[in-house]
Amino acid sequence: MDEIFGIPAPLLFGQLLLGLINGAFYAMLSLGLAVIFGLLNIINFAHGAQFMMGAFAAWMLLEWAGLGYWWALLLAPIIVGFTGVVMERLMISRLYKLDHLYGLLLTFGLALIIEGIFRNEFGSSGMPYRIPPELAGAWDLGFMFLPVYRGWVVIAALILCLATWLLIEKTRLGAYLRAATENAALVQAFGVNVPRMVTLTYGAGVALAAIGGVLAAPIYSVNPQMGTNLIIVVFAVVVIGGMGSILGSIVTGFGLGIVEGLTKVFWPEASATVIFVIMAIVLLARPAGLFGRA
Amino acid sequence: MPLSRRQLLAAGTTAAALGGFSPLRAQANTIRIGVLTDMSGPYRDSTGPGSVVCTQQAVQEFGNKGFQVEVLQADHQNKPDVGANLARQWYDQGVDAIIDVPTSSVALAITQIAKEKNKVFLNSGAAVTELTGAHCNPNFVHWTYDTYMLSKGLAGALTKAGGNTWYFVTADYAFGHALQRDATRFVEEAGGKVLGAARYPFPSTTDFSSFLLQAQASRAKVLGLANASGDTVNCIKQGREFGLNKSMRFAALLMGLVDVHALGLETGQGLLLTESFYWGLNDRTRAFGKRVQPKMPNRAMPAMVHAGCYGVTLHYLKAVADMGVAAAKASGTDVVARMKAMPTDDDAFGQGRIREDGRKLHPSFLFEVKSPAESKEPWDYYKLVATTPAEEAFRPLSEGGCPLVRS
Repeated sequence: MDEIFGIPAPLLFGQLLLGLINGAFYAMLSLGLAVIFGLLNIINFAHGAQFMMGAFAAWMLLEWAGLGYWWALLLAPIIVGFTGVVMERLMISRLYKLDHLYGLLLTFGLALIIEGIFRNEFGSSGMPYRIPPELAGAWDLGFMFLPVYRGWVVIAALILCLATWLLIEKTRLGAYLRAATENAALVQAFGVNVPRMVTLTYGAGVALAAIGGVLAAPIYSVNPQMGTNLIIVVFAVVVIGGMGSILGSIVTGFGLGIVEGLTKVFWPEASATVIFVIMAIVLLARPAGLFGRA
Repeated sequence: MPLSRRQLLAAGTTAAALGGFSPLRAQANTIRIGVLTDMSGPYRDSTGPGSVVCTQQAVQEFGNKGFQVEVLQADHQNKPDVGANLARQWYDQGVDAIIDVPTSSVALAITQIAKEKNKVFLNSGAAVTELTGAHCNPNFVHWTYDTYMLSKGLAGALTKAGGNTWYFVTADYAFGHALQRDATRFVEEAGGKVLGAARYPFPSTTDFSSFLLQAQASRAKVLGLANASGDTVNCIKQGREFGLNKSMRFAALLMGLVDVHALGLETGQGLLLTESFYWGLNDRTRAFGKRVQPKMPNRAMPAMVHAGCYGVTLHYLKAVADMGVAAAKASGTDVVARMKAMPTDDDAFGQGRIREDGRKLHPSFLFEVKSPAESKEPWDYYKLVATTPAEEAFRPLSEGGCPLVRS
């Protein structure tokens, strides 16, 4: 039990746990993408930028308004979600009748613009954001030293994912949403304001990204390109899990985090590639993704 | 999808950059300097717009000596292909000298083009020593720093101070490898041992905890960070989070003023780092810092690479004035030869010279990051620990293997 495949067991457990933590971010972000794609049919390439905006909102709230982490966790998603609502109303809503590609190009362009603005304003090297004192410190688990904050991230992500899944699969509101995806005209005929619901759904998806950003701020440096690196992986997660599948994105997010974590031990140089290799295999074997419906 | 996105990005911005300037007419009495740098990526703050500002500052301070100087700028996006295309186009359109070029892979591509077209390439931002070693050429000057200088200052000093076992976390590309190689040499020379290294994919890694835990498990006394900018900041931040600072000393081999700024003094205090320029070093550097600060993006103090752009531009213009514009435009080799023949002197680096292989010589400094209480004003971040004299700071001429050097 001391060594597994030549790697000391404590190190391996540590890496599994770390994979789970990174998986929490993948799950949170791909969840937002899945919600948006599932209900709006928009491939939201601005998701990484919105994740970054969440982190910056936390930083601005602290620097400019003196509001700490917990306020940021509440306010940043509302602020960033609101910018999402404005974007949906002004631009994205005009594209629903067109091909997916138009939505993708629009949101991609918006992402570049948003990142460019932040880069011009704040530079590229990032801003410091501290771990809230309540969550500072670390637990000694015997096999590793787990920072309390990382534990909190996993728990928060699990709660968030579970709540979103329950909301969409088990509530009346969720039923409306799902029905509107199937047949918007019919649901509207029943007196449900579908356009408003779609707008709010986009806002909620964006808010999820922003919460991810706030959770990430104390771990990563808060900088304009922080979303860019993550979003590519997250798209792979969504593709593997199946576009639009809520459960798929949650399970795949955590799962791929663990796979990536293990790769970092056995072959660190390949850890950025492994997810795309899996994506290629999944696309060949099950084009609709692991949890998707063809 | 990820591939097409990156290509889209590259294609789009290259088009924008190329479309931005109209065909240049080679005017006989105008020297054209092109600042080719990272305007949109991770090195933007430590190079980027600040490099342009400092180049312009040098031009302004140089004044009018009977010829015009024009400064252009472009973004190479840290991609060798993009950088090489821009450089070719610039040289063909009458640009006489290209300045800065951070990111070693891009610099290695451009140094060959400068030679081929007999133009001038003055590097401030890149770090690999190959530029003045196997890849050296008579059209090139390497001004500010290199991996040898960084490693010698820090790795040697730390190893002698008791940090005799090392574990590296290395960015998996030319620069990271070179830095790890050079640092390993000084660790071993000082009687230390390298226990291992984790090479992580660059630039797509944001979470370093896996590599940091591997470093921790190695029980080495020093964590060597062979990377730069945001990666270094994230490694230190996450290293403290996982308590590595309790058992290991952090050695960020390339860390600069903007990184310390991003990290914050609270987290950064006590770190050791090597630089060849710090604005608060002496009266001349302070005067230079105060002169350019109002023009810098976000009113930042100039960092090492920025100061290098200032120093090298000033020296280049002095050489041009000395030999005449027509002769300077005719042959890049001649200008660089003249630059090597003239002693250098500027506010940022003081007096120095350029060696035959293109290496600029000046002292390197080992600094310690101040605690928040010790910092008296904005950007007051360092205290001086040790100075390596110019002749010892860089790789000896005989070891570089530069074909220009005759033994």
